[in-house]
Amino acid sequence: MKASDTLVALGLQFVGLSLVAFGGANAVIPEIHRQAVDVHHWMTDQDFAALFAIAQAAPGPNFLVTTLVGWKAAGLAGALVATAAMCGPSCVLTFWVAKAWDRYRHTNWRAALGAGLAPVTVGFVFSSAFVLARAADTGWRLAIVTGSSAALAYFTKFNPLWFLMAAGALGVAGIVR
Amino acid sequence: MTKTPTTWELFVAFFIVAISGFGGTLPFARRMLVDRRQWLTPEDFTETLSLCQTLPGPNIVNMSIVIGSRMRGWRGSIAGFLGLVGAPVIIVTTLGALYSLWGNLPQVRAALVGLGAAASGLVIATAARMAEPLLRNRPRAAAPFMLTGFAAVALLRLPLPYVLLTLAPISIGLSWWLRSRERARV
Repeated sequence: MKASDTLVALGLQFVGLSLVAFGGANAVIPEIHRQAVDVHHWMTDQDFAALFAIAQAAPGPNFLVTTLVGWKAAGLAGALVATAAMCGPSCVLTFWVAKAWDRYRHTNWRAALGAGLAPVTVGFVFSSAFVLARAADTGWRLAIVTGSSAALAYFTKFNPLWFLMAAGALGVAGIVR
Repeated sequence: MTKTPTTWELFVAFFIVAISGFGGTLPFARRMLVDRRQWLTPEDFTETLSLCQTLPGPNIVNMSIVIGSRMRGWRGSIAGFLGLVGAPVIIVTTLGALYSLWGNLPQVRAALVGLGAAASGLVIATAARMAEPLLRNRPRAAAPFMLTGFAAVALLRLPLPYVLLTLAPISIGLSWWLRSRERARV
C-alpha cells in the first residue's frame, strides 16, 4: 500500500469513528483494533496492546491511542491525520450543538437520547476491555495482573498510574510474562 | 463567577489539565475549571459534562470546545482544544518513536507486557463504574442493550458502527416510551 493510501485509510476510519464514539475513545477500541490489526494489518495484537498501554501511561486524554495507531501505520503524518480525524468531526458537531443546547436541555427527547445511548455505550466499553485483555493476557499471570488492576481501580481511589508502573516493574523483573 | 478568561488563559488552563491528567483528565478538569479558576459552578460543570457525554467524541475534548465557545466563541474553542491536545500528542508521538526504536528490546517488551495487562484491567473498571448506576436504577431497560452490544462487538466481532446504528435507536426509543409513560402517570 502506498503511504498516501494509508493516510487516506486512516483519515476515513477515524472520521467515521469520531461520529460514533459515544462514550469517548474507550467505546470504539474494538473497531480501531479490528481495522488496525485484522483489516489493514498495520500492527500485531501485541503491538496494539503495547500502544494502548503507552497511551494510558502518558498524560492527557485517553483518545491518544488513535494518535499512536496513526503513528504506527504511517509515521508522523499518520499520527496527525489520525488525531485530526478522530477529533475534527465530533468537535465541529459539539460546537454547533452547544449553541443550541440551552433550548433543548430539558426536553424529553434529550433525556431519552442520553438514557438510551448509555447502556449501548457501556456494552462497547466492556467490549474494549475484552479485546484489550485478550491481546494483552498471553498467560495466566498476566490475566491475574489484569484482574487485580481492574479490582484496585474499581474499589480504591489510588491513581491508576501506580498500577501501571507496578505492572511494568513486574514485567521487567520477569515475574509476569 | 470571575471575569471572562482570555483565549490565552483558556489555552493555559486546558494545557495544565492535559499534562497533569495521568489516568484520566476529567477530575483534573473539574478541579481546574470549578475550584481553581472558578469559571464554572459545580452545577454548570455537571450540566456541561452531560452535554459532552451525550455527544460523540472524547468527553474532555468536547468539554474544551464547549467551555472555549462559551467564553470566547470559536477562537476560545480552538484555544481550549489546542491547549488540551497539543502537548499530549507531542508526548505520545515521542513515546511511539521510542517504541519503534526500542520496542523489541527484551526489557522494554517485558515492561510493556505488564503495562498492557494492567491497562486492560483499567478499562474493565471504567466499564464497571459506568454500568453500576445503570444496573441499579433501571436494570431491565439497560442490561439487554449492554449484553447485546457486548456480544455483537466483542464475541461476534461485528463492525461497531453498524451495531450502534441498530441498537441505539431501539434503546433510545424504549427510553423515550418509558419516560412518556412515567410522565403520563404523574
